[in-house]
Amino acid sequence: MDACDRAFGFRTRALHAGTPPDPATGARALPIHLSSSFVFDSAEHAAELFALRSYGNIYSRIGNPTVSAFEERIADLEGGLGAVAAASGLAAQLCAILCVAQAGDHLVASASLYGGTVTQFTVALKRMGIDCTLANGSDPQAFAAALRPNTRLVFTETIGNPKGDIADLEAIAAVAHAHGVPLVVDNTLASPLLCRPIEWGADIVVHSATKFLCGHGTVLGGAVVESGTFPWGAGKHPLLSQPSPGYHDMNFAETFGEYAFLMRARAEVLRDVGACLSPMNAWQILQGMETLPLRMRAHVENARIVAEFLSRREEVAWVNYADLEGSPYRALAKKYLPLGAGAVFTFGLRGGRAAGRAFIDRLELWSHLANVGDAKSLVIHPASTTHQQLNDEELRACGVTQDTVRLSVGLEDPEDLLWDLDRALKHSIAAHEEPPARACAIS
Amino acid sequence: MRDLVILNTVSARRNLLARSKTVAVVGASANEVRPSYFVFSYLRTKGRLDATPINPALQAIDGVKAYPSLAAYAAQRGAPDIVNVFRKPADALQVTREAIEVGAAAIWFQYGVVNQEAVALADAAGLDVVVDRCIKAESARFDGGLSIGGMRSGLISSKRPRAVQ
Repeated sequence: MDACDRAFGFRTRALHAGTPPDPATGARALPIHLSSSFVFDSAEHAAELFALRSYGNIYSRIGNPTVSAFEERIADLEGGLGAVAAASGLAAQLCAILCVAQAGDHLVASASLYGGTVTQFTVALKRMGIDCTLANGSDPQAFAAALRPNTRLVFTETIGNPKGDIADLEAIAAVAHAHGVPLVVDNTLASPLLCRPIEWGADIVVHSATKFLCGHGTVLGGAVVESGTFPWGAGKHPLLSQPSPGYHDMNFAETFGEYAFLMRARAEVLRDVGACLSPMNAWQILQGMETLPLRMRAHVENARIVAEFLSRREEVAWVNYADLEGSPYRALAKKYLPLGAGAVFTFGLRGGRAAGRAFIDRLELWSHLANVGDAKSLVIHPASTTHQQLNDEELRACGVTQDTVRLSVGLEDPEDLLWDLDRALKHSIAAHEEPPARACAIS
Repeated sequence: MRDLVILNTVSARRNLLARSKTVAVVGASANEVRPSYFVFSYLRTKGRLDATPINPALQAIDGVKAYPSLAAYAAQRGAPDIVNVFRKPADALQVTREAIEVGAAAIWFQYGVVNQEAVALADAAGLDVVVDRCIKAESARFDGGLSIGGMRSGLISSKRPRAVQ
């Protein structure tokens, strides 16, 4: 069989997709193309590139060879037609939304999203004239009930951050498609190893590549992946199916067919928003992605151990990890995340906020910081940090209570992680007025 | 009835493009936002294929002489290696008859130009057939263009590629 007809496996593609040897030098590792701009072969070549009739590099705000290698790799791993990279996850989802929605439009989103996303949707987008209705993320019919004639997209996270709810992607995609709008899925916490939303009917996948894709807590980045199968020309999305004054009155759906969304996302939205990904960051993310399959398996394995440990502790009021027995999301996790429900989850301490603070302050190995998806284990108190901008009702919808502690389980020896948790849990009792009847001894 | 021999593998399309030299673009438009103009312009400026517009309403596109029909093209240029079809599906059958008549080696129906009768006719006449694919996108898959645009080429290799032009 010819190599170009072979369906290579996930681990092979995580290493190779988008990065053949450099044609100019033969370099096997991807060169970092730190060049703002690229020379044209001729005046005609320049005109062809600017008119989007030919493929090539012009200026690194719109495209860069190191960045496009990352774009091709994430598109490949997600099973999409292509991708557009952005400076961060929030920049990526802003580009996705602005590609299909404008002032006067509306979107429906799960209420249990990352706090920064809720604020972007309900405050920043609202100021731009785009309304957002938050719906119960666990109920596809709640999405249906929130749809309006001017709704342009439906948005959810595969694994809600930090609530840990698992989206019923197939059912929500059916609701969106019945209304003629795409389903956009933030797949950051699952990564394409654990779940590929396009296979379940999603049309657009967005990522904060800062998290598990990069995997080492170093650089920021984001990406929008599109399936290439949504009917953008059907009339529900005039930004794609009407002549664009931003591009020679071009009708993107008619001119680019299946590439319409990706072409407009890059040539108009990323061009004008300006939140492009640095080639340095793209290189770092690609380096991380080479070991994504290995790391995610190890993350999930450690997360299970930690979740089960916490669920047995007297100091712990509740643990919300979808793979645990008794989780309301276990059936959905088994369907959509058969390799494991990720490595980011929450739990609550008896003794609430005071115990939570004492617990976090006592941890030695777990890093107290606002990130997830690092190779190192991380911990945070969402109500006073990542979700601080949300009101009480929004906090409840996100699954954040005053006692909620969020963990991002890393790759350390699990015995060391449990050792540290054990010390901190015991310490948290001291901050608790009514200590539990008995404390578990963990070596 | 035997299965139609449609070039639906990546290697079959790559090999077709590699062995072809001339392509007659039926329905090429001079309107700069039409897909057929995009494709013709790409083939003219970027590829190694010698592309010619076939359109009775035009004298030329960007300096390349247009022919009113495949027959008129073949009379001067000989049989094209590929007939690339930008027409309504209903018109595809007539284009196919003309392509067979002039002895074209292959017929390539663009996105949405799906006409099973035309496909069966071309196949029975021994032409190589590509259906519901874009000749620009497929060319760009192999010349690095898709990858530069952040699109998935689907290609995996540790061989040094030819330099992208």
